[in-house]
Amino acid sequence: MSAVAAAAAPRRTALASFTGAGHLIRFMLRRDRIRIAVWTVLIALLYLGSLAPGGEYSVLDDDPEARAGRAATLSSPAMIAMGGPGYGLDDYRRGPAAANELILWVTIALAAMTILQVVRHTRSEEESGRSELMRAGVLGRHAPLAAVIVQVLLTNLIVAVGSTLALAGVGLDPVESAIMAFGIALGALVYGAVALVTSQLSESSGGALGMAFGVLGVTYVARVIGDIQEPHGSALSWLSPIAWVHQTRVFVDTRLWPLGIAVVVAFALLVLAAVLASHRDFGAGMVKVRSGRADASPLLSGPVALAWVRQRTALLWTALGLSAMWFATGTILTEVPNMLEAVGDNPLYDQLLEGSGDEMVRIFAAFIAAYSAFGAGAYAIVMMLRAKAEEDATRAALVLAKPVARLRWLLSGALVAAVGSLVVLFAGIWAMALGGYAAGLDSIGFGDFTGLALAYTPAVLVVLAFTLAVYAWAPRASGLAWALFGWMFLVLMFADMLDLPDWLRGLSPYWWVENTLSDPMPVSHTLGLLGVAVALVLVALVGFRRRDVHG
Amino acid sequence: MSDTNPAVEIAGLHKSFGSFKALDGLDLTVQHGQVAGFLGPNGAGKSTTIKVLLGLLRADAGTARLFGGDVWRDAVELHKRISYVPGDVNLWPNLSGGECIDYLTRLKPRGDKARRKARKAELLERFDLDPTKKARTYSKGNRQKVALVAAFLDESDLYIFDEPTSGLDPLMEAVFTEYAREAKAAGSSVLLSSHILSEVEKVCDTVTIIRAGVAVESGTLEELRHLTRSSVVATVGSDPSRLATLPAVNDLVTSQNGAGTRVAFDVDNNAVGEVMKTLTTLDVRGLTITPPSLEELFMRHYGDVIEPETEKEAS
Repeated sequence: MSAVAAAAAPRRTALASFTGAGHLIRFMLRRDRIRIAVWTVLIALLYLGSLAPGGEYSVLDDDPEARAGRAATLSSPAMIAMGGPGYGLDDYRRGPAAANELILWVTIALAAMTILQVVRHTRSEEESGRSELMRAGVLGRHAPLAAVIVQVLLTNLIVAVGSTLALAGVGLDPVESAIMAFGIALGALVYGAVALVTSQLSESSGGALGMAFGVLGVTYVARVIGDIQEPHGSALSWLSPIAWVHQTRVFVDTRLWPLGIAVVVAFALLVLAAVLASHRDFGAGMVKVRSGRADASPLLSGPVALAWVRQRTALLWTALGLSAMWFATGTILTEVPNMLEAVGDNPLYDQLLEGSGDEMVRIFAAFIAAYSAFGAGAYAIVMMLRAKAEEDATRAALVLAKPVARLRWLLSGALVAAVGSLVVLFAGIWAMALGGYAAGLDSIGFGDFTGLALAYTPAVLVVLAFTLAVYAWAPRASGLAWALFGWMFLVLMFADMLDLPDWLRGLSPYWWVENTLSDPMPVSHTLGLLGVAVALVLVALVGFRRRDVHG
Repeated sequence: MSDTNPAVEIAGLHKSFGSFKALDGLDLTVQHGQVAGFLGPNGAGKSTTIKVLLGLLRADAGTARLFGGDVWRDAVELHKRISYVPGDVNLWPNLSGGECIDYLTRLKPRGDKARRKARKAELLERFDLDPTKKARTYSKGNRQKVALVAAFLDESDLYIFDEPTSGLDPLMEAVFTEYAREAKAAGSSVLLSSHILSEVEKVCDTVTIIRAGVAVESGTLEELRHLTRSSVVATVGSDPSRLATLPAVNDLVTSQNGAGTRVAFDVDNNAVGEVMKTLTTLDVRGLTITPPSLEELFMRHYGDVIEPETEKEAS
């Protein structure tokens, strides 16, 4: 800086770098007000629906048999994966049940919300150039970072207050309710801090989201494996922020110090993010972009090749990451019968799992396969919606102005997304099998695992075809694809709890898939799913031929 | 599709988005080998027209033909003969510029490989574009160049440009003009949408001016010559009152500033030389001449013609 400029330089205080943060926060809250309200209400409803009279857990307080029965099932690996480390199983009332079974889901949901919020307000803004506009105004260097931190703090605070009111409202101890609700919020904030760091590392919002959700996935699996290894969790569990919330033993034998870990880790991540942010250029990531080739490879010819080039990196990392997760999960398959013995002779257990330890392994394996299929389904939706991103970014127009038929363009994207999602599906299930074999599993053959992946194939294709059809007719309604996904997940996890009728469950394509490790898949189901997929593709083609392509 | 058909033939074209009428009975013709300017302010419907021609948007009523073929039904066949450059180019961020160019040109039937390679090298050099950079690192102007290189690599019968030089510096604008002229010399037709009159003036044979979705003026440049006036701002030492007596000088405004008398006026383009002779006798200390923007022209020449149009639009 020259002497003249230095002389004229404005007073520089520590606070100056936060100038404008308040303004930004108000702006962000305004953009997000509906999202925040929806999340708060949904989570409060989940608590009310399951704990209020008539809900899933409402009988536990009055019926000792129901308590014992439910507690017994919760020692199975599959239920540990879906639930918690099992505190309070000896007197399993509503409070301990809410803590043991709901903390996981609400933390994951809130973590996802927080990650999306952080990336949306930081990296996406930078990528789109919108924040350049704002940064040129009266805005301190750290203001956007500070604003998004305050924003997610406020959001989680609002959700936590709503949750506390819901929990206390159904008659649970108000102090314990608050500890559970705020503990979950703290867990979610750790993931928000992770997202803030990944937003500095990656130059694209997709990359930032991918890394943050990767951390969420890996820490989820760490908790599952750790909690299955030992009752109340092993050392592995403690690597996961989700477990820190569980380990407060809220409603059972409450201790607050595990939340201290969350606070310390979140703070350390925030400092890391701030340091990274002040050491990188605006718009750049920590990882610099290399230059590419001057001429395209001869293979880059046609929309299929382009879609492949655009997806291959994402496919590689998704398949690798998820497969590593399912491989790790597979290694505990053989421990499942031992756990059955540890639980002892429980009539309800026998009835539920038909007695044999072998059968229990099969049920658990099928459960993990269902998860793997959800990974494949999510991949299918994300990649199919790339077509919408191409259209929104006017790149579709660039290609369609060439001698490329609309249907060819659309089907190219669908084909590559289909292949990718099936790769994710098969790689996941095979990885689980290999994990099982590595740990000495011999009761399920590789062909049986492959059969399970094949059974899910038409259902995954239905998810893809549905997304295709929605995009082809009404790109602005693309969110419907995620609505279907959410519904499928609800059917898998909560159909029994909510006592859904079969026709509502049947809206989920995965509901029609049998556990082929135990029972054969009816041919009618396979053909039915394939028929629906083909019909949806045809519907999509008709729609896309007719409508305006924007850009 | 014989060559007796015009390259572009639009008649009575209508297109609405919800309640907004983007095109309201547009007529436009581009004859073979002609370079047609397509002028209008932002939001006039230029891009909508072009997207209808490309078969991206479906017209509500009217006809739109390229080489006699229907732009919607025969889109794929017709696109073999055209090149298109949008005004705001977005590329695939993880591909390099060179890869984007190759990908786009390979979507069309390919010609002689060696010749294309040489042509690509030449275009990259003329447009001063580094093809190894990832598209996400390109500025707007560089993304524009990628699309222009890809377009001029194809030998097309019709080039459709939608504000192709937005974001380009004047040097690159000149390169663009040169290649557009070359395309014309090779017998191709060009439809050049723009709101910069001087750019259109340099290359176009005919001009169509559109406003609120209708063509309000159409003809050869000579016919439209009366529309063009340049703005002159000068600081002079002597009394400028003589300027007011010249018939080619319009809207003269004078004011005093530190360096002398500031004069601002508009001059008919065909009389610039004559007015300059007078001006140079006035002890000129500073001088700028700028071609009028289309918007200014609209305000000056169409103020009363346009009013009924917009009123009709509103009702």
